[in-house]
Amino acid sequence: MATTMKCNVVSAEQSLYEGNVQMVIASGDLGDLGITPGHAPLITSLKPGPVRLVFENGDDELFFVSGGFLEVIPLQITILADTAERAENLDEAAALRAQEEAKRLLDEQQSEFEYSRAAIDLAEAVARIRVIEQLRQRRA
Amino acid sequence: MAVGKEIRTQIGSIKNTQKITSAMQLVAASKMRKAQERMGATRPYADRILEVIGHLACANPEYNHLYLDEREVNRVGYIVVSTDRGLCGGLNANLFKKVVAELGAHHGKGVEVDLAAIGSKALGFFRSFGGNVIATVGQVGDQPSVADLIGSVKVMMDAYEEGKIDRLYVVYNHFVNTMTQKPMLQQLLPLPKDQSVDLSASMGTHWDYIYEPDAREVLDALLIRYVESLVYQSVVENLACEQAARMVAMKAATDNAGQLIDDLELVYNKARQAAITQEISEIVGGAAAL
Repeated sequence: MATTMKCNVVSAEQSLYEGNVQMVIASGDLGDLGITPGHAPLITSLKPGPVRLVFENGDDELFFVSGGFLEVIPLQITILADTAERAENLDEAAALRAQEEAKRLLDEQQSEFEYSRAAIDLAEAVARIRVIEQLRQRRA
Repeated sequence: MAVGKEIRTQIGSIKNTQKITSAMQLVAASKMRKAQERMGATRPYADRILEVIGHLACANPEYNHLYLDEREVNRVGYIVVSTDRGLCGGLNANLFKKVVAELGAHHGKGVEVDLAAIGSKALGFFRSFGGNVIATVGQVGDQPSVADLIGSVKVMMDAYEEGKIDRLYVVYNHFVNTMTQKPMLQQLLPLPKDQSVDLSASMGTHWDYIYEPDAREVLDALLIRYVESLVYQSVVENLACEQAARMVAMKAATDNAGQLIDDLELVYNKARQAAITQEISEIVGGAAAL
């Protein structure tokens, strides 16, 4: 039984990681997923949220994705993110500001389009903050 | 001695222009390097997504997506990717020439054309040339983001889905190398057959996927992403072309300015020498007369 699998994390703007991993943890549309080698083939869309890669040597790294897809085929995982950032590059102040702004827009009861737009922004900002907090907890 | 004052000032002004062009050349060279890196960085996404679409198409062959369907062509759409700024040689002109040739060909067959213009130059061109522009994006800057482009790409894809256009192309400059950029025409929708056939052939085995939420939804969303990523890729590539073309154009301009300065300096020196000779001969003549 193989203990590692190939993993690619790409966003539309850049390739973030390419190499072997032991495990991938991501938040899929229907719930969080932990994928280890030997997982059944799977395709799912992703919610805005954290993606955690556990590397061969046991180290891990946290990414933030704003949505996208995750494909699992035997011994290979591909994450196609709409946009992705390394967790340590996230800007907490900006995320909090975005959250405030989105909440304010939601409260103002605008047209349906703007409402759904603000709801998406809010979900993304909350997910960003969640990733930052997760990173901080692990550091502590 | 007031010989050739005009020539001196002309040399001075050419020197100033030369300074500007050589500065622009240097700036373009460094921007080109960055743009080239970005071009390399965005390619994996398009490659990967194509791979996944290939897997999906094989896993679920009975589902024939709209984007894979060939239709009779009554109206076509073009996404024209140009630069925002000028001073980049014949880059945009060559691109527009290609588009105009295409438009002419379609016109001859009675096929109508809708356009989406990306970059200020394309917008300016079609405003004066004519053409039915249904979507525009200007000022994409040096670091285009997908979000900037999605709007106008969506307009074209919606038009395709509603059956208003039956084919969608993207026209952009392909980066061959620093010296050569080639205007390219690529079919986006329906996805070119050879590509999809290629995919199914290379992926002999197919997997019984678990789909979340379901196959159709995932494939739909993936195909849209794929087209968006292709357009993004062409914008990024066009940007690298712009900087390369500008660098070459500005190098030529700097060289020409140097040539011009040399020529003018020769003329100036000749005039100065002639004036001195004349003065001497006048003095000598005057002395002899005494």
